[in-house]
Amino acid sequence: MSEHTALEQSILGEIAAAPDEAALEAVRVGALGKKGSVSALLATLGRMAPDERKTAGAAINALKDRVAEALAARRDVLKAAALEARLSAEKLDITLPLRAGPTETGRIHPISQVMDELIAIFADLGFSVAEGPDIETDDYNFTKLNFPEGHPAREMHDTFFFAPGADAKRKLLRTHTSPVQVRTMLAQKPPIRVICPGRTYRVDSDQTHTPQFHQVEGLVIDRTAHMGHLKWVLEEFCKAFFEVKTVKMRFRPSFFPFTEPSMEVDIQCRRQGGEIRFGEGEDWLEILGCGMVHPNVLRNVGLDPDVYQGFAWGMGIDRIAMLKYGMPDLRPFFEADVRWLSHYGFRPLDFPTLAGGLSS
Amino acid sequence: MKFTLSWLKDHLETNASLTDICEALTRIGLEVEGVEDPAAKLKDFTVAYVIEARPHPNADRLRVCMVDTGSGAPVQVVCGAPNARTGMKSVFSPPGAFIPGKGITLGKGVIRGVESLGMLCSAAELEISDDHEGILDLPADAPVGAPYAAYAGLDEPVIEINLTPNRPDAAGVAGIARDLAAAGVGKLKTGVAPKIEGAFPCPVGVTLDFAKEDSHLAPAFALRLVRGVRNGPSPDWMQKRLAAIGLRPINALVDITNYLTFDRARPLHVFDAKKVKGDLVVRRAKTGEEVLALDGKTYALSPDNVVIADANGVESIAGVMGGEHSGCDEHTTDVLIESALWDPYNIARTGRALGISTDARYRFERGVDPDFCVPGAELATQLVMEICGGEPSQMIVAGRIPPARNALLFPWSEVARLTGLELTVQEMAAILEKLGFAVERTAGNSDRAYVHIPSWRPDVEGAADLVEEIVRIAGLDRVVATPMKREAEGVAPPVLTLLQRRVSAARRALAARGLVEAVTWSFVSKPQAEMFGGGQPALALSNPIAADLSDMRPSLLPGLIAGAQRNADRGFGDVALFEVGQIFKGDGERDQVWAAAGLRRGAARAEGAGRNWASRAENVTAFDAKADALALLAALGVPQNAVQLVAGGPSFLHPGRAATLQFGPKNIVGWFGELHPRALESLGAEGPLAVFELALDVLPAPKARPTKAKPKLELSALMPLERDFAFVVDRATPAADLLKAVAAADRALIVDATVFDVYEGPGVAADKKSVAVTVRLQPREKTLTDAEIEAVAGRIVAEAARKTGAVLRG
Repeated sequence: MSEHTALEQSILGEIAAAPDEAALEAVRVGALGKKGSVSALLATLGRMAPDERKTAGAAINALKDRVAEALAARRDVLKAAALEARLSAEKLDITLPLRAGPTETGRIHPISQVMDELIAIFADLGFSVAEGPDIETDDYNFTKLNFPEGHPAREMHDTFFFAPGADAKRKLLRTHTSPVQVRTMLAQKPPIRVICPGRTYRVDSDQTHTPQFHQVEGLVIDRTAHMGHLKWVLEEFCKAFFEVKTVKMRFRPSFFPFTEPSMEVDIQCRRQGGEIRFGEGEDWLEILGCGMVHPNVLRNVGLDPDVYQGFAWGMGIDRIAMLKYGMPDLRPFFEADVRWLSHYGFRPLDFPTLAGGLSS
Repeated sequence: MKFTLSWLKDHLETNASLTDICEALTRIGLEVEGVEDPAAKLKDFTVAYVIEARPHPNADRLRVCMVDTGSGAPVQVVCGAPNARTGMKSVFSPPGAFIPGKGITLGKGVIRGVESLGMLCSAAELEISDDHEGILDLPADAPVGAPYAAYAGLDEPVIEINLTPNRPDAAGVAGIARDLAAAGVGKLKTGVAPKIEGAFPCPVGVTLDFAKEDSHLAPAFALRLVRGVRNGPSPDWMQKRLAAIGLRPINALVDITNYLTFDRARPLHVFDAKKVKGDLVVRRAKTGEEVLALDGKTYALSPDNVVIADANGVESIAGVMGGEHSGCDEHTTDVLIESALWDPYNIARTGRALGISTDARYRFERGVDPDFCVPGAELATQLVMEICGGEPSQMIVAGRIPPARNALLFPWSEVARLTGLELTVQEMAAILEKLGFAVERTAGNSDRAYVHIPSWRPDVEGAADLVEEIVRIAGLDRVVATPMKREAEGVAPPVLTLLQRRVSAARRALAARGLVEAVTWSFVSKPQAEMFGGGQPALALSNPIAADLSDMRPSLLPGLIAGAQRNADRGFGDVALFEVGQIFKGDGERDQVWAAAGLRRGAARAEGAGRNWASRAENVTAFDAKADALALLAALGVPQNAVQLVAGGPSFLHPGRAATLQFGPKNIVGWFGELHPRALESLGAEGPLAVFELALDVLPAPKARPTKAKPKLELSALMPLERDFAFVVDRATPAADLLKAVAAADRALIVDATVFDVYEGPGVAADKKSVAVTVRLQPREKTLTDAEIEAVAGRIVAEAARKTGAVLRG
């Protein structure tokens, strides 16, 4: 049996010495292959007497199993070492910088973001969104809104005009989004709850004025809407928009041709290092104009002011964006400077919702 | 509208503090714009006595003054004023004081070798008038060492209110006092205008010379002569008040008219009677007439303007500005006082057309109190007699004062209906009465009253106006915020239209592709408008703010291209911008459409801009714009296969690197491509620029479906297989045609076909290209046999050959 021991020692020695999986395979073939040394021993069993075969067979098969086991163990070791070597060869300098991806660099303009915020808030209060053309008639922009021809209030509006058309009437660029209110009331029977966001124009250009700007107006018409409701809507809006728990507002009597009574609204705030905090402080900041829709306006759109009543308000979208997000100047809104847009703009997937909060 | 506190107290008896008064003004709608304390800027200036003024040793025009400032030793001051003299009293400014009229802080100095330790000041240097002829020459009794502001009565706070155009009555101090009294801040004490008997008939007649339909232009015109007046400077108190609100005192007669303009919101005019020839005629101006007005300018008049004329011609522009010729000066001895009523709109038009803004126009165009027309003239007469002496004529009134308006029948419930605020009838009536409304209750109707509108409130027309009067005085803070019920109970339903959703989605989709949203001007220059298909006369502004912002934009691209170039000029060349906004095809309502446009410049590609180790910085091409445009359509739910892509685009795009997107030849939705080099040049921009623009309004709506369920998904258990084909086609053959032909070979089996390689060069004929197509086959019921696969491949090659002339590459 010593010759078996010698063979086993020799094979196990070769296995242990095999440097890689290929050499190990050669050892396997040399031992367990068709013409392998262990296979040759097994082949001798056939010529043996049954008794002898029984003992010898067990011994040779045990030898074969031990060799196979050693091969498997060695294979695992070599495989692990090979993987180790490969992994170490495949090492990357993972610190290399990448290009910024599209969702990282893309931006939504603050005006668009604020419009989405406005829509989220007012849709929840049951307001839909009405729009109208920027190029308006004098009738919708002024006359129907109770600005009589030649009235000084028209002059406050620094209007852009077009050349008179064939009918000798000159169109204009709307100076406010109020003509959309007129269009809505002409097209739809009360109850009405709409907001009208859009672009408006005035011949004005300095640090705080641009020839185009954006407004959002709101309109509620039914049989019972009164100034108390107006106050509530505006307070709820300001809390939701500025994302504060409380807000203190001051209503001052004022004048607009299309509302009566008319009011301007200030919001209490604290100015601190270029930031404005709402819901605290001692300063008042004018934020919007509002009032009960003037009976003449209701008559002009065919509504009986003794039956229908309602209120309207209007404010600058650019302005409330500046107040909330801290842009110091209006002019850069329209200059397409990517440094400004990247800084003050919003990420593409920062979609404002009431459930998740308007801003992150 | 400006006034001082003491002026207000002429009309209002009150102990309220300045702060309380200002708060009350803002609360009742007379918003305080600011309170100026003129004493603040004059705090360093004191009354001083010039002990001695002797000639400067080294300069003829200078004097060396020893000045007693009231504290310590006399101070030496070098002074250049011609009126500096021994024994005078003037105003001293020590070193370190800020001189408002010069905008400098005074230092110690040596002037021509003589030390100067302060300054004697002119009125202009203190910004109290324009007078810079010499230093202030104060009366001998001025107390040396006293603060000048206090001595001169210039230490009074000046309140400025931001007057809304509906309140002409508050364009006078008396009207403001009335509002404050109604709000509980003191008691109104404005006196009643006197009635002054004339000693003789007015020697100058007045005719209102208007056609019947024009009679509204000058309803009434009161005139009176005062003869034998002495027109010197007005009294000190009047000058101080006028100066405090920024009016330059001129002479007593003129100052009286200005004073009453602000005191009672009653503009007046005074003529020097000796310069008036014949009677006065009030009429429309004649074409070609001119007048030299009091501001020294000559105005060309038209029949739209109303004038006051005499035998010399036009003497005054009615209600706007008087004429220089008949103006009053220190030589005036006989004065004609005019108090008239004008048509507000006509005054506004005239003022606007002539470009004249005056305190008179401001009040007349808002509407003066008609009932105060004659009392105003009486009050002016009284002041003239008090200040200038003289003897008044009888007053003549041409035309007639309009009658009072009808009373309004006012149901008290209107207040609660419109504001939600419940007030007692007693309180509401009291407010109206304090404001000058007469409340006439009718027997048996306690729920309503006739309300007579005071003559000074042209803005009050109906019940809503009375509601405003009541709540603004009662206090808007008493209106309680009241929750408003939703129209629909439960979860708020969606409110946006398809287009509104798409506009918002387009922004998010493009931003998610790395583009940055810009908002550019709605106006562009005329050449830009023309280049992008606009520029028609109907879209050109009559009064653009600048020459390069003259026409409504026909496309978003000119604004984006200009913006990209500005960024490049600042060193940011690789920019990707987009805008979703309105463009204008005409001035009709439906000519304004929503567009989405994008622009990539330099190497600003979707996978990242600029140079990076991972891949080269490739310049953008038409394909980058194509990717953006198609991604946008996909994001908006437009089926890709519905859109036709036609090579070539508008003239501002590269003819060989552009395409039009359409749903048919008459339904173009937009285009994309690289900018034409000539367009770049005329826009002053550098490329490469790849752009696209889509009109969002014309995109088709998704098919309406009864439920939200998606179509059933068919999944095959069988493996798909791919076969590659290398075709050779003419260079000009569009790859899309080849793919279409391939797909048509077997619509059941072929689920996808795309190009994985395009090659031109050695091995392919010069006018040919090799297009390698991979086709994906999806067996439906059973695995395909080799023969079946070969059959499909054969049909693919045959169809490609038939439709495009393609042959398999050998």
